[in-house]
Amino acid sequence: MLELRSISKRFGGVVATDDVTLDVKRGEVHALIGPNGAGKTTLIAQVAGDLGSDRGAILFEGADLTRATQHQRVRAGLARSYQITSIFRRFTVLDNLALAVQARSGSSFSLWRPVAAETALAEEARAIAAEIGLSGREAAIAATLAHGEQRALEVGLALATRPRLVLLDEPTAGMGPEESQGMIALIERVSARVAVLLVEHDMDAVFRLADRVSVLVSGRVIATGAPEAIRAHAEVRKAYLGESAAA
Amino acid sequence: MHRAAPLAVLVLALAFPLAVHEPYYLSFASRILVYALAASSLNLVLGYGGMISFGHAAFVGTGAYVSSMFIAEGITSAWIGWPAAVAASAAVALAIGAVSLRTRGAYFIMITLGFAQMMFFLVNSMKAYGGDEGLSLPARATGLGIDLGSDVVFYYTALALLAAGVYALHRLAHSRFGRVIGAIRENEARAEAIGFPVYRYKLACFVIAGAAGGLAGVLLASHGKYVNPNVLHWTQSGTLMVMVILGGVGRLWGGIVGAAALLGLEDLIANHRVEWLASMLPNYQQHSGLGVGIVLLAIVLFAPQGIAGAFARRRRA
Repeated sequence: MLELRSISKRFGGVVATDDVTLDVKRGEVHALIGPNGAGKTTLIAQVAGDLGSDRGAILFEGADLTRATQHQRVRAGLARSYQITSIFRRFTVLDNLALAVQARSGSSFSLWRPVAAETALAEEARAIAAEIGLSGREAAIAATLAHGEQRALEVGLALATRPRLVLLDEPTAGMGPEESQGMIALIERVSARVAVLLVEHDMDAVFRLADRVSVLVSGRVIATGAPEAIRAHAEVRKAYLGESAAA
Repeated sequence: MHRAAPLAVLVLALAFPLAVHEPYYLSFASRILVYALAASSLNLVLGYGGMISFGHAAFVGTGAYVSSMFIAEGITSAWIGWPAAVAASAAVALAIGAVSLRTRGAYFIMITLGFAQMMFFLVNSMKAYGGDEGLSLPARATGLGIDLGSDVVFYYTALALLAAGVYALHRLAHSRFGRVIGAIRENEARAEAIGFPVYRYKLACFVIAGAAGGLAGVLLASHGKYVNPNVLHWTQSGTLMVMVILGGVGRLWGGIVGAAALLGLEDLIANHRVEWLASMLPNYQQHSGLGVGIVLLAIVLFAPQGIAGAFARRRRA
């Protein structure tokens, strides 16, 4: 469903991603792992459209999105979440989610009718709040949420766009073990209907969720395969997994 | 603000010409209404949209000049001149916004300032319409089924347009569009990442504000039956910004409160001599900017939400 063909991105002299070819199949959870600075976040940004690509092509459901703007990609069903929480901090939880629902339902060039009267938006936002475990927190201002709750909202914003493929950049970043379990369970539920490209440092999460794993080192994909195969892969062990696979 | 407060203010404003017959104060009150509309239109981009436009005088000035040109050319009907002036302001805002909104932060501030200054020099060079001397009008526009020549009628016209403008701002702020604009101000990157074409929304907001600013400009020229290039000068943009900051950035009442406060303060300093102050600073009345500056400083330090914001907070507390 997603096909990356030899995409690259450099920042001045630094090559962030180098000739990356990768695909995500329908219904799949595809994990992207690699050491810090490997280019994982850059790659997510290239796919989502935060960043353009210097070379290569990005195909999604057969359409060429290489030059598409970010909002066009979201319309096409490709949404992302951020490693560093990026929410509408002064909005309530409900307004955060309703906004994302609004983005894909009808024109927002409506200048007169009160948006608060649109019960359909609020209802759908409520359903998403329930799904991400924020039931009862709808009226809270996003900035006042606990870290774990903000992370859930971060992912919820991406889900509220109703993507067909969601790019999750370290959804468990900064979470305690218990919160991480909640996030993993959420991704598990979501993956039943949405394909997922997952950047994650937590290897337990990766091996529990992923159907396939790609390993990115210095901007290059050095291996792609089933979790077991990646675990056994000699080069991967050397480059990255080493300590944590042995443990 | 309390729900009844807008109504009370409106009633007072409606009663004002009945109670005060002195032409100076009627004219002064009209001036506040006109500036309140201009400042409110700037508040839409600056406060609600988070776009720090330092060139709003370009749109006010375009409205003022285009409506005056119609009268100078003998087309006195407000039915023609006013919509044309507002449309011209919207078109100028579209052109300036389309370029400026490609930039961010300090660059946006500077490029809007630059465009407005270009307009200022352009108008200065229009010898056919008075050049740097400005353009005096024989009379106000006709039409609209009212006698705009009467200062009382003009006052009520300005009041009606201001009320309509602020009501429209209120509706807009709570509409789908308003929520998107607020989201962009809050977190532009994420607004794009959940699927909003951010640039288009900002441009639409910029154009609406430009058109409303143009309407204020129409009234401004009509009020004094005179327009000169200074309505486009960057200090005019600065004055409008000061009004918005004084009144309350992103507050519905910010433009009105700010215009009343700034013009009121200037009038107070210039026309009401305080003896003990004059004994220390004999010429202080010629330097009203100093007093305004001190008040602005106090507002920014002690009531960063502006006067309207301070009131809203007190009520909640």
